[in-house]
Amino acid sequence: MRMTALRVGTLLAGLPVCQSVFADWTVNMTPGVTSVSRDIYGLHMTIFWVCVVIGIVVFGVMFWSIFAHRRSKGYKPANFHEHTWVEILWTIIPFLILVVMAIPATATLLRMYDTKEADIDVKITGYQWKWHYDFLNEKFGYFSNLATPQEEIHNLANKNEHYLLQVDEPLVLPVGKKIRFLVTSSDVIHSWWVPALGVKKDAIPGYINETWAKIDEPGIYRGQCTELCGTNHGFMPIVVKAVPEDEYQGWVQDQVAQAEKLRELTSKDWTKDELIARGEKAYNTTCAACHQPDGSGAPPTFPALKGSPVATGPMEKHLHTVVFGVQGTAMQAFGKQLSEVDLAAIITYERNAWGNNTGDMVTPKQVLDFKQSQQ
Amino acid sequence: MSAVIDTHDTEHAHHGPAKGIRRWLFATNHKDIGTMYLVFSFTMFLLGGSMAMVIRSELFQPGLQIVEPEFFNQMTTMHGLIMVFGAVMPAFVGLANWMIPLMIGAPDMALPRMNNWSFWILPAAFALLVSTLFMDGGAPNFGWTFYAPLSTTYGPPSTTFFIFAIHMMGISSIMGGINVIATILNLRAPGMTLMKMPLFVWTWLITAFLLIAVMPVLAGVVTMMLMDIHFGTSFFNAGGGGDPVLFQHVFWFFGHPEVYIMILPAFGAVSEIIPAFSRKPLFGYASMVYAVGAIALLSFVVWAHHMFTVGMPVAGQLFFMYCTMLIAVPTGVKVFNWVATMFRGSLTFEAPMLFAVAFIILFTIGGFSGLMLAIAPADFQYHDTYFVVAHFHYVLVPGAIFGIFASAYFWLPKWTGHMYDETLAKTHFWMSFIGMNMAFFPMHFLGLAGMPRRIPDYALQFADFNMISSIGAFLFGATQLLFLYIVVKCVRGGEKAPAKPWDGARGLEWTVPSPAPFHTFATPPEVK
Ligand code: HEM
Ligand SMILES: [Cu+2]
Repeated sequence: MRMTALRVGTLLAGLPVCQSVFADWTVNMTPGVTSVSRDIYGLHMTIFWVCVVIGIVVFGVMFWSIFAHRRSKGYKPANFHEHTWVEILWTIIPFLILVVMAIPATATLLRMYDTKEADIDVKITGYQWKWHYDFLNEKFGYFSNLATPQEEIHNLANKNEHYLLQVDEPLVLPVGKKIRFLVTSSDVIHSWWVPALGVKKDAIPGYINETWAKIDEPGIYRGQCTELCGTNHGFMPIVVKAVPEDEYQGWVQDQVAQAEKLRELTSKDWTKDELIARGEKAYNTTCAACHQPDGSGAPPTFPALKGSPVATGPMEKHLHTVVFGVQGTAMQAFGKQLSEVDLAAIITYERNAWGNNTGDMVTPKQVLDFKQSQQ
Repeated sequence: MSAVIDTHDTEHAHHGPAKGIRRWLFATNHKDIGTMYLVFSFTMFLLGGSMAMVIRSELFQPGLQIVEPEFFNQMTTMHGLIMVFGAVMPAFVGLANWMIPLMIGAPDMALPRMNNWSFWILPAAFALLVSTLFMDGGAPNFGWTFYAPLSTTYGPPSTTFFIFAIHMMGISSIMGGINVIATILNLRAPGMTLMKMPLFVWTWLITAFLLIAVMPVLAGVVTMMLMDIHFGTSFFNAGGGGDPVLFQHVFWFFGHPEVYIMILPAFGAVSEIIPAFSRKPLFGYASMVYAVGAIALLSFVVWAHHMFTVGMPVAGQLFFMYCTMLIAVPTGVKVFNWVATMFRGSLTFEAPMLFAVAFIILFTIGGFSGLMLAIAPADFQYHDTYFVVAHFHYVLVPGAIFGIFASAYFWLPKWTGHMYDETLAKTHFWMSFIGMNMAFFPMHFLGLAGMPRRIPDYALQFADFNMISSIGAFLFGATQLLFLYIVVKCVRGGEKAPAKPWDGARGLEWTVPSPAPFHTFATPPEVK
């Protein structure tokens, strides 16, 4: 409300602040922070002004007729109904304008398609409903999930500034390097879009699409999935954190170390309580969107886990369901998406939460064995 | 040709419509069938419209308030399908049924029994489609473009019903198309050469060819889906060696001509109405006909402009960009011709003219955004955002729908024998005009600022424009009930309409009395 009042105020303050008003309302495309996004912005503005000029001419003539050539003003109709030269002219002139527009558009397009000689390769995989980033050169990867709490979405808490545009793990990239994105999907079609980078590419199962960006300025750039991908299509944002080269190197080392630590965690001896504690967190980020935080699900599409035959029955079946998913339903195969530690923690949690007091536990090591036994 | 007309004359000319329900169930009269199409279309318009109201209510504010995302997706899908296949297309077929025989001096459509079929398939098809809302797992939720594999491997169980509904709609459209072509090519009055036909007839002739060309393609793509879902094929399943992008190519090969199917008849109607209220002949008749032909041909080679982000090779990208830009040229010619028709006319602004003038202005705005979308690099930023939603609503609402309203007001006196209430009709126009611009103009800003389409909830910076848009949509939606009232009132009574209520109108339809008798042109008129 306060923002709206502010805007109205600024509007009234008149033209000098016009720029800032527009900046606030964001009525236009962002020029972005890559050379490609700036080229696109340039094309966009050029074609926009071309349309404006044509519009002024066409509507000008039309409004003149509406105003002056009225019967109520006693205007007598003329009787002309063709004019070869005029007709040829207004076919040729638009054609020429378009030819002139096509030249820079072609140049930009060719540049957008030039993915050669990249410094860094990042593989982006779309999942229902999150993104996975794989740093191919350094051999680590991670998922990036929506971080906005469910309470905000369901209006039980105030919405924060970056409502729906925040993730747990952003994609960290260095500035000034050419980054090649290899975009694909593990289920349905998604589309990876970050307006400030001028990058939008469909993530299609069975295809690996290539695109690239070279970011000029450090900053946080937000985007969203732009291809309808099912129920939570509106809830799989993208956050890119562009940092200077040395900061990036430090981050990469952390990630590599963490990947190492995870391997250690897998072989560590876990107690049931540790697993349950870790499992609750992991469950809430990964499973709760469908099965609900209280395990009640949304039958029939998303079955309840509370008291469910799978979560209270034989361990084997439970492992199989989580690791390999259930064909033909929304239940995905989480085996590749989650670490052994998280799989073990979630399964242990599910078998002990909400009154499913089976008392069972499964260790990361056992999950790993299960996976290997199934191959 | 005259033999056909003679038999028809002796068989039918002397009895009126059957009594009661039989009149409609077994209807073969083009006017009755036209009326049924129009009533059906308006019903679907209200149904699809109420789904839009659900969508706009959910989007009134950020956060989830009214519906869950899953149902939201069902609403966007059903809204799109119902508006395209249930509201716009049948409305034009209804206008074609009523007006083509009257305009070319034919006693009826060439294939009256098939005509009955093509209408009656529709209510069945839509009953099937709408029933999916009540099925386990819900209605189709994958958008009116139903991209695989979301609609195949991941689709709800009701997808099969959706496929059969689409098949039925397709059959209905193809039969309608055949009928229009047969009528126009065979039943024109003596002297009515092709280049003397009213533009509405011309645009419908071309539309009918488009229908026959692309509805089988749509049938093909849904059949492939059916096979993937039930018979173990993998046309669109990458896991089985299939190709999800193939789906999009086939779909848009249907889909792009389809958007012209929804606009060409409106071009035709507006080309009748503008000259009538400008009291001046249509400017550039011949170039209008050629432009429609050019648009129709080009519409077959631009489909992949809906797919600029799927990762086509750059050569394909360029080809489709150039062709799409090219299609703006004949479209521009049409706009220039309409404006030139108005220029130095003697204008009055009765409701049909108001809708027609708004059509030109707002359709042109939609054409401008189309031109922007055609620039492939820029489309990477526009694609699948509200900018596209703004674009297609600008070409479809003030384009197709205003074209239909303009036609309805223009010909209502001919259909009912009464004048409609001009004041109410003007109110209907202004409220629709304001509501529609308020609903759809801010969507340009939303899209440019980065709001994707088909989302039930959005980031806070989009809140203001979404609220404005929703208010506009409610205004537009509510106003359409006024239209219902105006039409009912006009059918029931009102000032008697003369045979030719518009002094500037031309054409054979104005030579028969108002209301047009059950049988007209039993003997063909002579066209000089
Ligand atoms: C000047 C002529 C036109 C041009 C250059 C044009 C161009 C385009 C382009 C490039 C797109 C794809 C945008 C995207 O998804 O990124 C598009 C979408 C669309 N256009 Fe047009 N268009 C024109 C006229 C029309 C007309 C006359 C209609 C219908 C009456 C129409 C209906 C649509 C629809 C329904 C979509 C969106 C389909 C969807 O994705 O759901 N367009 N147009
Ligand atoms: Cu198109």
